Amino acid sequence: MTDQTRPGNTMLRRIWDQAGIASIPILMIIVAAIEVPHFASAGNVIYSLGLSLTTTGIVACGMLFALASGDFDLSVGSVAAFAGMACAVLISKGMPASEAILLALLGSALIGFVNGFIIAVCKINALIATLASMQIVRGLAYLLNDGNSLGISNDHVAALGNMMVLGLPMPIWVLAACLLVFGVLLHKTVFGRNTLAIGGNAEAARLAGLPTAKIKIMIFALLSLLSGLAGIVSSAQQQLGDPKSMVGLELRVISACVLGGVSLTGGIGAIYHVIVGMLIMGIVQNVMDLKSVPTFYQYLISGSILLAAVLVDQWKQRRMQRVKVAG
Amino acid sequence: MALALEFSGISKAFPGVQALSDVSFSASSHQVHAVMGENGAGKSTLLKVLSGDNRPDSGTLRLDGKDVRFRNTHEALQSGIAVIYQELQLVPDLTVAENVFLGEMPSKWGLTSFAKMKRETARILEWMGETIRPDARLGSLSIAQRQMVEIAKALSHDAKIIAFDEPTSSLGSKEVDRLFHVLDQLKKQGKVMLYVSHRMDEILKVCDAATVLRDGKHVKSFDHLDGVTADQLVELMVGRVVNTEASYRTREIGEVVMTVQDLVGPGLSSPVSFDLHKGEILGFFGLVGAGRTELMKLLAGAEKATGGTVTLLGNELKRGNPTDRLNAGIGICPEDRKKEAIIPVASVQDNLNLGVRSRFSRMKFWINNARERENASAQSQRFGVRAAGLDALMRGLSGGNQQKVVLGRVLGHSLHVILLDEPTRGIDVGAKEEIHNHIRALAEQGVATIVVSGEMPEILSLCDRILVMSEGRISGELTHEQASQVTLLEYALPTGN
Repeated sequence: MTDQTRPGNTMLRRIWDQAGIASIPILMIIVAAIEVPHFASAGNVIYSLGLSLTTTGIVACGMLFALASGDFDLSVGSVAAFAGMACAVLISKGMPASEAILLALLGSALIGFVNGFIIAVCKINALIATLASMQIVRGLAYLLNDGNSLGISNDHVAALGNMMVLGLPMPIWVLAACLLVFGVLLHKTVFGRNTLAIGGNAEAARLAGLPTAKIKIMIFALLSLLSGLAGIVSSAQQQLGDPKSMVGLELRVISACVLGGVSLTGGIGAIYHVIVGMLIMGIVQNVMDLKSVPTFYQYLISGSILLAAVLVDQWKQRRMQRVKVAG
Repeated sequence: MALALEFSGISKAFPGVQALSDVSFSASSHQVHAVMGENGAGKSTLLKVLSGDNRPDSGTLRLDGKDVRFRNTHEALQSGIAVIYQELQLVPDLTVAENVFLGEMPSKWGLTSFAKMKRETARILEWMGETIRPDARLGSLSIAQRQMVEIAKALSHDAKIIAFDEPTSSLGSKEVDRLFHVLDQLKKQGKVMLYVSHRMDEILKVCDAATVLRDGKHVKSFDHLDGVTADQLVELMVGRVVNTEASYRTREIGEVVMTVQDLVGPGLSSPVSFDLHKGEILGFFGLVGAGRTELMKLLAGAEKATGGTVTLLGNELKRGNPTDRLNAGIGICPEDRKKEAIIPVASVQDNLNLGVRSRFSRMKFWINNARERENASAQSQRFGVRAAGLDALMRGLSGGNQQKVVLGRVLGHSLHVILLDEPTRGIDVGAKEEIHNHIRALAEQGVATIVVSGEMPEILSLCDRILVMSEGRISGELTHEQASQVTLLEYALPTGN
């Protein structure tokens, strides 16, 4: 009747369910390498594709946790802009680069802590809470330098943005480190497992004795910390703090996560979802740029791909439900 | 006599339970017909069959001698049937008139005719003797007034048959009198009324006829209630013979483990005090809504108590959360398995390690997969969980196996007190017996156990002592020897106002 009665089918289906989504970016890379001129060049892969992934990818590592726990955060773009701005302002006031970066990161984490507190303790819906902080923090970013962007002239910061290490620019190494650390955090630690448990059923997790409020606050603090990091890395690349930057980042990040297979309703998420989602988005964007697809069409295509991905996900979920009824 | 409403051989099964089997009885117009039975007797299902919410597996419903078949509640309403549930089905943000006409507002050229709506509503309410304004926002009304609006809604549909599900459960005595007055009016109009209630005094006062259900079967119908006593009705409600003595085992009961003193909190109407002993199985019996689940939530730290103390092994516990209570040694298996106990998208192993995981971790941080696996396989073997494997997703398991996983998880902690809220609800007979044996084994190991249940046989075959709750307070205490189905129900039934 369904998969359970056909073991051979189950095997194939399981491989598809587990790794199927990962094969999509690989396939895309192969096709693009053959079909799209210049795609496979080192310059394109490292600079255009690689660097375009960093901001979204770094923040997505944190958003993964928020989504896995059944929440999300709209303030990430504002926090990134704020952190970049704060870093620029502090350096312009003569603070050493390392201290400025540390302080900007701390400030970002504090914003996340407040977000988490409002959501977990005051029990305000995450949509509303982070919609508010998105605007408040954006306002703070503007206030830091009267709404003007501010150049950063500091060699250490420039190195964070542009230095080459083992043939790759620094931001790509930062992204790789984030994927590694947060992958380990989600899959190998009690904190990661508890995050998924809260997303799977918050009330059950609470009654089973998990300190759900603490865990949620921690998740939002980490996510904001990553948003700040992404903002600082991006500012370092451009050697500019810009309060108008990173608008719409939250939507790109959530899209990337969902595209890769993270469940919007919580409980399901893995680091490879982030990698896959980020790659699919990045490759599509890169190919469209190389093919000089007009911007207006790029929106249509990106939106359609996201829609297709969630429809496929829904279909997969329904199929699993049916398996349950049969079993 | 005009048999306005007739149930004929109605049967309805849900997975694992025969909710109604071959129920036949009829109700005539100009009468209020009581439908009685204890928890799970089939009253709710019967009302749902009447309202078109559930379609019967077999049997027919007859209105004025004609067979009717409803595919949904709308069709039932069109045929003149209105069911007024305990939780009223009204929209608080709309006005009284809009609620009365919700679903079929009168309109003219596509525009809703608010004037007509108000006029009609005012007329109906006036006939009922109510002074509610048609344009008042429903949310601003009292519960009793909302109920009147619900009745008005039924009348606006020209309902010939009106069924009430526990209509007085949240009313004061004055409000009850008003409701009875309206029932009298409706009776004079020739309506057929079904009246589901646990309150014997009310039934004997307002009802003209009665039907008693038990375990989904029709037990007896009375054409009139002259000379019928409450005792008689109670006996019919419980009359089933179950050999609970055979499965009950006497146990060694030790010293006091937990003392609850004057505990007050949401869901309790007066302070609760009791002791719990080592190795004892203490039962909490009561009808739905008696406050048992709320009490367990207070003990488990899931709700905040507003007063009173809980003392465990001589130490007074501070008002805490579930984490603190678990660390102190009190664990709960919640009542609503799906909503409160399991993580459907996680594996059996993950579910078994939920909340105990950090005990197996390295430095309280790194997951120790080998030890988690060990714990999961030990607990699932201990309780005989049948699943495709420890990596199988929880949502694929049957209710009984899910319950065993939840039990296994809670017992991963070293507990002094375990709170089991409806441990076998919705579970088939075989699995039920297995779980009962596990509960007995736990008690014999010295764990102090509380079993909350609305099923008398479960309570009688497990518990050494039983506290009966009714309307948010403890209404009686019975030893195993004193307890019988009749005594349990006598304490559990609300005493009225």
